[in-house]
Amino acid sequence: MSAYAADVAALARKDVLLEVRSRDTLPAMLLFVVSALTIFHFALPSGSSERAETGLLWIAIVFTALLGLTRAFAAEREEGVLDGLVLAPCDRSAIWLGKTIGMAVFLVLAEIVALPAFALFFHPLSWELVAAVALADIGIASIGTLLAAIAAASRARELLLPLLFLPLAIPVVIGGVGASIASNPGSFLGFLVLYDGVFAILSWASFEYVVTE
Amino acid sequence: MSSLNRGLPSAAFALLVGGFALAFYWAPEDADQGFSQKIFYLHVPIALTAYACFGWGAWKALRLLWTRDRKYDLESYTAIHMGVIFGLLTLVTGSIWAKISWGEWWTWGERQLVLFLILFLFYSSYFMLRYSTEPGPRRERNSAVYALFGVVLIPVSFLAVRIAGTILHPTIFTHEGADLPWQMLVAFLVCLAGMLSLAATLYRVELTGKRIDASLRELRELLA
Amino acid sequence: MSTAEKYVTGAYLVLLGSLLVYLLIIALKVGRLEEDLADLTRAAREKHGG
Repeated sequence: MSAYAADVAALARKDVLLEVRSRDTLPAMLLFVVSALTIFHFALPSGSSERAETGLLWIAIVFTALLGLTRAFAAEREEGVLDGLVLAPCDRSAIWLGKTIGMAVFLVLAEIVALPAFALFFHPLSWELVAAVALADIGIASIGTLLAAIAAASRARELLLPLLFLPLAIPVVIGGVGASIASNPGSFLGFLVLYDGVFAILSWASFEYVVTE
Repeated sequence: MSSLNRGLPSAAFALLVGGFALAFYWAPEDADQGFSQKIFYLHVPIALTAYACFGWGAWKALRLLWTRDRKYDLESYTAIHMGVIFGLLTLVTGSIWAKISWGEWWTWGERQLVLFLILFLFYSSYFMLRYSTEPGPRRERNSAVYALFGVVLIPVSFLAVRIAGTILHPTIFTHEGADLPWQMLVAFLVCLAGMLSLAATLYRVELTGKRIDASLRELRELLA
Repeated sequence: MSTAEKYVTGAYLVLLGSLLVYLLIIALKVGRLEEDLADLTRAAREKHGG
């Protein structure tokens, strides 16, 4: 394993271990997504189409991710570890990659609960929907981690992150909803792959500029 | 810093007046849409100018990250400021066009409008980012990175709105026919050149104003 | 004027209107800059006893 991959793995493991010990983000995300699905049941008039339900699932996913992302750099900020990480002798983009992997793990864990809950409350899932959620997680974690680092430098952190994140999440929702309900899910899944690729590379390349003092 | 030359404002004036005159008195009336097609010479140049501003802002942002020269921060900010103004004008004129063409002020089937709504939201957040971060190198770099995201978001959203249009909101109407009569094309190009010069003029004015602001602030600190 | 003519004219007036609004904003800004500069000039005179 190269030194870069080892750094990334160590950083991602650190985030997951920190969460296992403190448990402040993941339980909140789980509770939030199940509450949101419950609210959706009452928000949708009875007899609503499955398409509308699927659309609301995507809203739940985006906002749950947002909830997790607001906490992405909370531990580092509170203990001033980010400066230490930036000074550590590893490539700064490795910090982004480690953080993104950690974030994607949280998202997947939240969805392992959310998707069966959705199937139980509303209607069964299609494999296209599951594939689209998995692809969307990559994109959301990539841009989300970078934007969380940008928002962390501002005065209005928790307020700013949703504003920065939601316009960039619109294509994810278009691709995700399209893949879940359209008759040609392939082109929407392909679009999500493209989105992930483009924004992952851009975030990976620009993270260095965001954390350098 | 002689940033205000006379050429640009004169070109903007001559080209816009000339272009609009050509559009109204020389270009033939559109066979399908009739007189209402004249809004094309306003709406589309404004939309393209907005893209040009966003692109220019991203280019300056890239230069900032590359060279670490702090002067690019103000240039990138000003270009995006202009882009947001032209983007808002695109939304307003596009909405009027939608009203003429199919009687609705807003239609999700009109891709250009939807795309500009996304971009408008994105770049408004850019302003929020600037306002809520302390001035300094950190803000300059964060804004530059966000501006670069914007220029990547444009084609990505374009694609997204396009594929969504095929399934979620079927497009019934299209504005731009592939075969524009050459008189229309000439009038359109003159209007586009005029609009770009207007944007460049406003960019210069705004940039000069922002630079004077910055110099005065520096002067005040020196005197305090 | 037909409805189409009214709307097209309206759209062009939107451009004219926004240019005038921009002119107003710039006029206010120039006025403020003039005041600021006068303040600073006064401060500089006092400081250097000019």
